[in-house]
Amino acid sequence: MMSAPSNRIVARTVLGPDVVQLEIESPAIARKRRPGQFIILRIDEPGERIPLTIADSDAEKGTITLIVQGVGRSTKQLNDLPVGSRLLDLVGPLGKATHLLEKGTVACVGGGIGTAVIYPIVKGLSAHETKVISIIGARNKGLLILEEQIRKLSDEFYVTTDDGSHGRKGFVSDQLLDCIKAAEAAGSKLDEVIAIGPVPMMRAVCNVTKPFGIRTIVSLNSIMVDGTGMCGGCRASVGGEMKFVCVDGPEFDGHAVDFDELTRRLATYREDEQRALAEFLQSHAAPIAEEAHRG
Amino acid sequence: MGKKLRKTKVEIPCQDGDIRRANFLEVALGYSADMAREEAERCIQCKDKPCVAGCPVEIEIPAFIELMKAGKFGEAAAKIKEKNALPAICGRVCPQEDQCEAVCTLAKKFDPVGIGRLERFAADWEAAQELASGKSAPLPAKAPATGRRVACVGAGPASLTVAGDLVLLGHEVTVFEALHEPGGVLVYGIPEFRLPKAIVKREVDYLKRLGVEFRTSVVIGKSFTIDELLGELGYDAVFIATGAGLPHFMKIPGINLAGVYSANEYLTRSNLMKAYDFPRSATPIVRGKKVAVVGGGNTAMDAVRTARRLGAEEARLVYRRSEAEMPARKEEIHHAHEEGVIFMTLTNPTKILGDERGRVKAMECVKQELGAPDASGRRSPVAVAGSEFTFDVDLVVMAVGQGANPMIRSTTPDLECNKWGNIVADPVTMATSKKGVYAGGDIVSGGATVILAMGAGRKAARAIHQYLGGLPAKGTPAKETATA
Repeated sequence: MMSAPSNRIVARTVLGPDVVQLEIESPAIARKRRPGQFIILRIDEPGERIPLTIADSDAEKGTITLIVQGVGRSTKQLNDLPVGSRLLDLVGPLGKATHLLEKGTVACVGGGIGTAVIYPIVKGLSAHETKVISIIGARNKGLLILEEQIRKLSDEFYVTTDDGSHGRKGFVSDQLLDCIKAAEAAGSKLDEVIAIGPVPMMRAVCNVTKPFGIRTIVSLNSIMVDGTGMCGGCRASVGGEMKFVCVDGPEFDGHAVDFDELTRRLATYREDEQRALAEFLQSHAAPIAEEAHRG
Repeated sequence: MGKKLRKTKVEIPCQDGDIRRANFLEVALGYSADMAREEAERCIQCKDKPCVAGCPVEIEIPAFIELMKAGKFGEAAAKIKEKNALPAICGRVCPQEDQCEAVCTLAKKFDPVGIGRLERFAADWEAAQELASGKSAPLPAKAPATGRRVACVGAGPASLTVAGDLVLLGHEVTVFEALHEPGGVLVYGIPEFRLPKAIVKREVDYLKRLGVEFRTSVVIGKSFTIDELLGELGYDAVFIATGAGLPHFMKIPGINLAGVYSANEYLTRSNLMKAYDFPRSATPIVRGKKVAVVGGGNTAMDAVRTARRLGAEEARLVYRRSEAEMPARKEEIHHAHEEGVIFMTLTNPTKILGDERGRVKAMECVKQELGAPDASGRRSPVAVAGSEFTFDVDLVVMAVGQGANPMIRSTTPDLECNKWGNIVADPVTMATSKKGVYAGGDIVSGGATVILAMGAGRKAARAIHQYLGGLPAKGTPAKETATA
């Protein structure tokens, strides 16, 4: 018989302001998951169902790793949970796994918390002959995550910050353009670009790669409820067709994604989210103040 | 007795339309014991018992009604449970008017016997006794353990029936559910005002007491495949009842605007996720003041009546045929009228318009007229040229049917499906093309009712029991391999 999963948090590391890495006991998911897939969790009753991409897993230990940016009430609540806490519900792995090229050159571009999602893909690609060019960026140095881990796994590695506090001043898309041009000058090319981060960043990357005709994969973070295709809340237009991010994705051809529509749909509950967050911050004013350092 | 036969059903007390449209409490309040006995008196105990044949799970209807006449409500409940593990649910959501009550002998001249209301009363009476005494009603006797293990996929009405039947026959049953709560459409779809969640929980708890194991937050097709269930996880048979699970959207401009939901999403947010209680409950929901629900089935009724309760000043039902063709139960249509829902029949959406932020602000529709009958026998609607008109809305809910969810199909290559993606199953045994695998409910039929799903479950349970009995005797090493 299968025993019920514990969903226990066994390790917790603060990676940056409001960014926490959680290691969670879930042997079945740890064994099964592949790069690009996600889970949905509920912290407690009457909690919402939160979709999060799996950053890493350890099949031996039976754990999965999530990296969570506390942007709303539920993610802040999740980031406040101490080691030993048990999540009420944890389901996965959901979504399709990343199709990993086994040779050629792939640029992996991570922006902000999207770096946590690009990391398992870099890790997956590095197991093959593929040449991996990684470019990660954030608004400033303090917000950069997984720099050393990704650097170690990459054949080429670049960092950008919007304010120039670390690495190149500018955007990841600027660095990508230089890499594409450098490859061209050397008589080679990028076979694929995988870009994961905020919508404006993914759109900028797609605009850079389009003129060069480089296949570009993006991972969409739509609003979801069930994560099994049942509700259609996560639908997005890709190449003029309706796709469900939870079952058809989360990764799609970035040149075909309607980013304007995605942006508008992501804003559906903005006022509600702000209201819930304000109430949460008011009732949890004290415990949140700490933890502004990098772990 | 010598009493004159009552021609009409004893009325079931309901919350007043004006009051209930502002709350989620159950609409129909149920019979009192006196009312139940009075209604039971109406059954003439005819020889043919057409009602039994009219029931997809073949409840001994005259027998339980006879017990009710004598005030033996507990025994009546037990009699129902011999055939139906979910009486409190069926008494509420079965379309009795199309089944047992449609064929009732009385119905030839008068109102049929209120079988559904009586079933509900018996189940509720038993629940009230249990609550008052703190003791559960005795469990039916279970056959000796067979050592056979059955996995049911999806914890909706079809699986609950299979689980209830097979556990009594001595098999070990696990029900896997993708969501965090068992019940399927009974918890995410059907609203509280039609089926209180406490009732579903009670019926699920009853199955647990019988020994059924429930595993929530497990997505078969992702967490485990069907082959893994039959292989390393050691199940001898699998019953697939995942529901339809893939909402249809109209192919019209604006369908992806913020504020356009599928009925599945709207109802799941409100029911399962308790979004009506936001922000105390963490899941938000668009609270439309001017709502249009597109469709004419029970799901559309549930959605539009939920919208009313969530504060819609104008809750419209937009349906392309006339009210007579609506597939929803008459009672639900009636309730919707009472609650002030605006019926826009012979009307079909052509476009949804958004504001500068990409949120729904209006809907364009075209008038329809009924033409020649289509394949379903219903007259098919035809657009009236030049009759387009527009009205303001801030929330649109699409309740226009569902397709088949691909998750199991795509990970079970040897499972035969039809061109719409529904699993092909034998109509008598519910056996699929894959050995040891059975299927029922909406994933096979494409979208029907709770009781038909339960009827399919009943047939599948019978066939699975036979299949397991026909299997060679099990060796001593128990299949207790995987710990997940």
